[in-house]
Amino acid sequence: MTDSGTAVFLSELGRALPAIGEGLLVTLEATALGAALALLVAFALGLASRSRLLVVRGAARAVVEFLRGTSLYVQLFWLFFALPMLGFRLDPMACGVLAFGLNYGAYGAEVVRGAIAAVPAAQTEAAIALGMGPVLRLRRVVLPQAYALMVPPFKNLLIQLLKATPLLSLVTVADLTFRIDQLRSATGGTAAAYLLLLLLYFALAALLGAGMNALERRAKARLGVVSGPGGRGGPRAVRAVPRAGRAGGGA
Amino acid sequence: MGGAGSMWDMEAARAALPVVLSGFGITLLATVLGFAVAAVAGLAIALLQRSGGRRLALAVGAPAAFVRSTPVMVQLFAAWVLVPGLDPLVLGVLVLGLHYATYLSEVYRAGIDAVPKGQWEACTALSLPRRRVWRAVVLPQAVRKVLPALGNYAVSLFKETPFLSVITVNEMVHEASAFGSTHFAYLESFTLAAAVFLLASWPTSLLVRRLEARLAQ
Repeated sequence: MTDSGTAVFLSELGRALPAIGEGLLVTLEATALGAALALLVAFALGLASRSRLLVVRGAARAVVEFLRGTSLYVQLFWLFFALPMLGFRLDPMACGVLAFGLNYGAYGAEVVRGAIAAVPAAQTEAAIALGMGPVLRLRRVVLPQAYALMVPPFKNLLIQLLKATPLLSLVTVADLTFRIDQLRSATGGTAAAYLLLLLLYFALAALLGAGMNALERRAKARLGVVSGPGGRGGPRAVRAVPRAGRAGGGA
Repeated sequence: MGGAGSMWDMEAARAALPVVLSGFGITLLATVLGFAVAAVAGLAIALLQRSGGRRLALAVGAPAAFVRSTPVMVQLFAAWVLVPGLDPLVLGVLVLGLHYATYLSEVYRAGIDAVPKGQWEACTALSLPRRRVWRAVVLPQAVRKVLPALGNYAVSLFKETPFLSVITVNEMVHEASAFGSTHFAYLESFTLAAAVFLLASWPTSLLVRRLEARLAQ
């Protein structure tokens, strides 16, 4: 029975490819939009939680704890089912993007905060000694160094976000999971359908991971840090080290 | 009932609270059992990857990487239809637990790598048997180092237990959803479910952070 289901599934697969492709696009769109919103939220909350004003810092921390503590699943369902009861009805896709962006943005805020804190204080001191204002200091000295530290944890969060997108199928969005599940119930090719679905997500995760690895190498090369066997930017590293040394000595 | 303008209905909330809380027991049970599976299986994966040969490391590592980078919700669906006849809670605990085991194996691995080389060398010098090296020297230090990370994953697993509702487990969010649809009170039931998650996970993550600070000293 399973074998015949698999055969039917495979023979129908060709005809269903356009629909699956559409679902794939929806999954990618949700991942990209969710990640973009998450990045925005992460920087806003991460920078705010390093503010000198206790009110700003406290508010940012409270928002982060709230968004992290209430479960992505519940947040999405709240936006989809509960929010309309208050008179606001959002498009299901918008619910998903908002939930992913806010939830992963809160996790990202911790990454931003931690990465900025990990940049040696001497760097900030040196920038102050050179007469840089707070914005310039952040933009030209602290963030480029912090950014290189943020990329690896951001990679993990991005893949987590991708893996959360099947939630969309529970709120009527026709994403990849939704489309393949439809084909599965139409053909009975259960094992083949889920194997294909898992393989597609695996490939997507590998692709996103490779992209983020490239970003990490670039960020490190820009700082002149040679990393591991794959590390590039050797000549720059040689140039950057004495410079860094001079800046440190100047402070 | 009251229409879109009615906002928060205290009566409905009062009726929803016991229903939502009745699902919390299953949520907690799934968290504890799921994390137990994850802690044990994760350690097994890490040890097999470390102590066996290269081929064994690959045979364990590749499936673990696959499980780690695919959605747990799809894994739950797949297990649900491919392994019929198992109690949904048992199945859900196993799938969620194994998914988290693939995260925890990386955590353990980092902890094992962080044990100083001198510890291994000292064991060799004392010619301690291999089992004792792991049990008495390496693992106690490795696990101690990664306790905060394990705690964070426990909190994270707790917040992912609502996924079990897709395979009909009557955990808290499932109950909240059912109450919301029969009484048209999604606002009250989901808000309460969110509040319970927050009230339970926030103090736990504060505890984990304190543990982290203490271990760092």
